[in-house]
Amino acid sequence: MIWLTWRQFRGSAALTAAVLVAFVVALGATGPGLAAEYTAGIAACVPDETCLDFFDRFFGAYDLLFLALTLVVLLLPALIGLFWGAPLVARELEAGTHLLVWSQSVTRRRWLAVKLAVVGLAAVAVAGGCGLAVTWWSGPLDRSAVPEMAQMAPVVFGARGIAPMGYAAFAFVLGVTVGLLVRRTLPAMALTLVIFAAVQVAVPLLVRPHLMPPVTGTFELGRENVDGIGAERGGSLHVFLRTSAVPGHPGAWVLSSELTGPGRASAEGLSGPSSTVTRSIPVSTTSGPCGPEGAAAPPGTSPCLDEVNRLGYRQQAAYQPLDRFWPVQWIETGIYALLALGLAGCCLRWIRSPL
Amino acid sequence: MTAVLEAHVLGRRYGTRWALRECTVVVPAGRVVGLVGPNGAGKTTLLKLAAGQLAPTTGDLAVLGERPGATPAHLARVGFVAQDTPVYAALTVADHLRLGARLNPRWDAPLARERAARLGLPPARRAGRLSGGQRAQLALTLGLAKRPELLILDEPVAALDPLARREFLEGLGEAAAAHGLSVLLSSHLVSDLERVCDHVIVLAGSRVRLAGDVDRLRASGRGLEDVVLAAMDAGAGR
Repeated sequence: MIWLTWRQFRGSAALTAAVLVAFVVALGATGPGLAAEYTAGIAACVPDETCLDFFDRFFGAYDLLFLALTLVVLLLPALIGLFWGAPLVARELEAGTHLLVWSQSVTRRRWLAVKLAVVGLAAVAVAGGCGLAVTWWSGPLDRSAVPEMAQMAPVVFGARGIAPMGYAAFAFVLGVTVGLLVRRTLPAMALTLVIFAAVQVAVPLLVRPHLMPPVTGTFELGRENVDGIGAERGGSLHVFLRTSAVPGHPGAWVLSSELTGPGRASAEGLSGPSSTVTRSIPVSTTSGPCGPEGAAAPPGTSPCLDEVNRLGYRQQAAYQPLDRFWPVQWIETGIYALLALGLAGCCLRWIRSPL
Repeated sequence: MTAVLEAHVLGRRYGTRWALRECTVVVPAGRVVGLVGPNGAGKTTLLKLAAGQLAPTTGDLAVLGERPGATPAHLARVGFVAQDTPVYAALTVADHLRLGARLNPRWDAPLARERAARLGLPPARRAGRLSGGQRAQLALTLGLAKRPELLILDEPVAALDPLARREFLEGLGEAAAAHGLSVLLSSHLVSDLERVCDHVIVLAGSRVRLAGDVDRLRASGRGLEDVVLAAMDAGAGR
């Protein structure tokens, strides 16, 4: 049975292996150069404290490649589900070959179990190899990424570490299950894509934030969490608070971020330009630290922000710090693995009776 | 007389439509049994039930004394060649024979090789590039080389030309005699069955209309075809 499974699978396995090897070789050839550039940049920026500028420059130079690789790892499990999972049983049912193989001296259950195991392990191996290679290659970029693209950020998280293996296992078994129920290859592929995409959107939005209880904290306003301050001529002061960063926790995944006022004042912020909330603050913009003379302060200091902090304005945030990356990876991968095993169990039950 | 197949008020429903109902029939061992009936009479359903590819909706069915298709050991004793003789288009003839060897404990490799060679099936050719007749012969070779006790064939000669058809049926009769093989095959052509079968079951309107030894059915003085057609008419008229 293993022989037959391998004989049917070896074509696409060889093709996939060739592409994967080329991909890993390309990453392996360029990765050390990228790491060296990062190390040299850090060595140069630490003495004069310009590392934030270096990060922007370094990440900006490679951001397209970074996004493309992340996208590859995110799409790979879907492709596995579509092209390995959905046709696995559906194509046999469509061509009638299930009647040929099921009338050999092998039970359907064993037939399906071997197919699930062989192709499923290959799917996990491919996604794991691809995901870990990209994780390694992107290391320097992950450390210099803007907060929205940090390792814990929803889009990047799923393309790093071991999570792609969980996604691939789930997508594959999902495809097999849908194929078994729908019994036709193309509709099964379409339905697999729709379900898998829905799950991949729902998990980061609804499930992942709660896998571990978020940390909450109150932070003073500073360069890391304020995108800018501005004032209309003679009007009130506007503070633009970043919704994706908290001071002192680089790379944290910020789940909520609000600007709270002094005392028990409610934190009714308005949504500002790209990933900021804005709030007007009743402070004089014609005189004092936020007046015209405040703007003349030496670089690196901001008398106006100091004044806003003194008045009691704070960032109140709930977030998942970066050091939870691996725990959350393990939990999420475990959940997907359990889903895959559960679906596989259903397939093995259903294959016995309904046809 | 022992039976290779015993069905008792067997029925199978697809949704609300009964493909087979109240089928009570005994197929004797060591015979070549023909299952005949018009299209849509339930022949394929009965054969799939017998091969364990379908589960019955009602009734009981025992094939070689057991529930069909439950264990690998039982699967090994029953051969089944489905309608339209499905084969893997991407696999070669040699691959199919290896598939048979790998998946069947009683595989007769010399028989398979010799038969494939005699029928001119090129080992390196992909099954998808074989003619319809060659595909049928390949599927039948798999069924025979499995060395089952009961071989079930659903419309096995439909894709064969008249010459290959006669040759195949004669070969089947010889194999049945040589290995003590019981055969259950369906066809809607009585002339095919007359050549090789010694027992006939007539299925019409999803019910069994007639079952009996060919010699006994012929004893009335009428030809087998007339007897069978009369049984079908009676079924259709009701």
